[in-house]
Amino acid sequence: MESASRVEAIPPGGRKIVLAGNPNVGKSVIFNNLTGLYMDVSNYPGTTLNMACGRYNGDVVIDTPGVYGVSSLSEEEKITRDIILAADVLVNVVNAVHLAQDLFLTLQIIDMGIPMVLALNMTDEAAREGLEINALLLENLLGVPVVSMAAESGSGMDELKRKIDLAKPGQSAPGLQERINQVSPPAGRREALLVLEGDQEVSRRFGLEPGTDREAIYKGRRERVNNLVALVVKESRKGESFTSRLGRWMLLPATGFPLLAFTLWAVYELVGVFFAQYIVDNTESFMTGYYEPALRSLINGVFPPGTVVSTILTGQYGVLTLTVTYLIGILLPLVLGIFLVLSILEDSGYLPRIATLVDRTLIGAGLNGQAVIPMILGFGCVTMACISTRVLGSDRERRIAIFLLALGVPCSAQMAIIIAVLSGQGAFYMVLYVMIMLSVLLCTGALLGRFLPGETSPLLIELPPLRLPRPRNFLVKTWSRSYQFIKEAFPIFAGGTLFLSILEVTGLLRGLRNALQPVTVSWLHLPQEVADIFVMGLIRKEFGAAAILNLQMLPLQNFIVLLTLSLTVPCIASTMVIFKERGLREGLAVWLAVFCLAILIGGMITRLLEYMFSAGFHQTPVLLTLVVFVTVFLWVLTMLSRPRRAS
Amino acid sequence: MNLDEAKKGQLIKVTRIKDDLTRMQAIRLGIAEGSVVTCREIVPAGPVVVARNKQEIAIGRSLARTISVEPY
Repeated sequence: MESASRVEAIPPGGRKIVLAGNPNVGKSVIFNNLTGLYMDVSNYPGTTLNMACGRYNGDVVIDTPGVYGVSSLSEEEKITRDIILAADVLVNVVNAVHLAQDLFLTLQIIDMGIPMVLALNMTDEAAREGLEINALLLENLLGVPVVSMAAESGSGMDELKRKIDLAKPGQSAPGLQERINQVSPPAGRREALLVLEGDQEVSRRFGLEPGTDREAIYKGRRERVNNLVALVVKESRKGESFTSRLGRWMLLPATGFPLLAFTLWAVYELVGVFFAQYIVDNTESFMTGYYEPALRSLINGVFPPGTVVSTILTGQYGVLTLTVTYLIGILLPLVLGIFLVLSILEDSGYLPRIATLVDRTLIGAGLNGQAVIPMILGFGCVTMACISTRVLGSDRERRIAIFLLALGVPCSAQMAIIIAVLSGQGAFYMVLYVMIMLSVLLCTGALLGRFLPGETSPLLIELPPLRLPRPRNFLVKTWSRSYQFIKEAFPIFAGGTLFLSILEVTGLLRGLRNALQPVTVSWLHLPQEVADIFVMGLIRKEFGAAAILNLQMLPLQNFIVLLTLSLTVPCIASTMVIFKERGLREGLAVWLAVFCLAILIGGMITRLLEYMFSAGFHQTPVLLTLVVFVTVFLWVLTMLSRPRRAS
Repeated sequence: MNLDEAKKGQLIKVTRIKDDLTRMQAIRLGIAEGSVVTCREIVPAGPVVVARNKQEIAIGRSLARTISVEPY
């Protein structure tokens, strides 16, 4: 979900001020502060996928995705590289706690000869960690203005604003200028460095051979960084703080899995119990008890009940009744809850640690631990998660991750409805749902990992320091994302209900119900009205799922509808993103495969459960049988893949 | 020896990183051939976490196997 991503025209005489730095160093906070616009701020790589632009005085400020260096190793890097190449002034934001890592990018940009200010951020955190940084010395050694700051509390912002005008190119590496002169012209000074470093795309632009000096230049730069850090950073206190101990507990299976289980339990209590039951009960009964009757009597005063207009506006799928009740009464509180949890998780720095913890498990599914981040984000918004698969190392992993996201990860809106429906039916269906979804993910992942050609790229991820998320930060993020969501969903919901009302008024809905009867009634053993839900579900799945609340069905039938819907692709938006990310042909294949699998699995589970219930099985044995099934399946798969690994 | 054989808490010197792309990424993150790092944590059968100063990096087991190190 993108917030302030729009393109601003540069006013005459204005400059392009570019913010650049490693992931999670606080660029977005500084961007917000300069431009007054809101941007997502997160403690993990991959948040800023599109650039965000805003105005600051007469200039344009551009925020870039966080990178560790400028080249073309990933999509994010290519975007960032081109923005940096076009910068008039560069504000390089670095985290004072790990200068040794961040200054690599700094020196690369200095070597490109771009006028720069260095924002030495998170000095408060560095002080807590017992680090003393001599900013004045750093300024002299680098040859660019350095500003000590702690952007989240606002300290140093004024000085940064003053020093933006003093930005200048710094001291580039000794001996580099001569080599740059060999390729420049035709390439400009900035591009020349990237050509020397073997950047293929940039070299092609000038018709030059990519240079072969990357390794030597990188090594020299790394040495320069290490020497700088040795000179300017003094560590006054050693020893482990509580957070770094907690961070290590999160990584080890013996403590990490219990911590993860505890986290998930807390999330369930907050979202599944507090938001989904307590808050939604109140908001929903307000909407159906006060809002809808009031609206109906108002509308019916003008259009008597039974007329076409009143059916469309306030009938079973009323544009003004159903849409508003679902969006405000049910979805909004739930989506708020889910985004709250996600925002806190992102800011805390926990996600990369979960990635490390589950790395081993995911390798079986042809992914590395990093894929857990898009997966968890998928529980917020599958569309956003599909975009964030760009952080994954290889095309094969992106393919697997997107397929699994499309199939087995329900987004916040779907989850909202699922929790709302299932929590009314007792714990058994909830547990069953989670188990089946996990099984489908595991088995599909294992199958894809086994049969898709290629290798899994290994995990290589930075573990950012754990932080206590700041309420202001995560509350603003929660609100902004929920608001975006409702804003996007409203026209689609309204359009969908309008579409359905028209189908109903014209009698087409009945025809469609009959046409889909083989799937809904014969295969899934559901009432034929369920066709409405599937039709709506194609537009936006939670919208279809929400309509379950309208139908009177058995608990098992409710369950099957939810399961089947969860397994299909969430919404039009995510479908479009899948097409965009994977191309038309693969996108279509993914979509169809997911749809067929969903119907197939739905029907199979229906038969399995019906058989078990009629044979008098109790709930626990049903769950156990499922566990046995999945274990056997995965075991067979590992057996199958063993000889391949040996060769 | 390779990184996956390092012991928890051991101080090690990275002598060789085989894969080109990984070598570049590692240099950016702060670990070059010749760097001295601490083996901070070993997730059983999983990634190895190495640390330099305050910074921690998790390295997948299969990758750790291709990184040569020596005790420092």
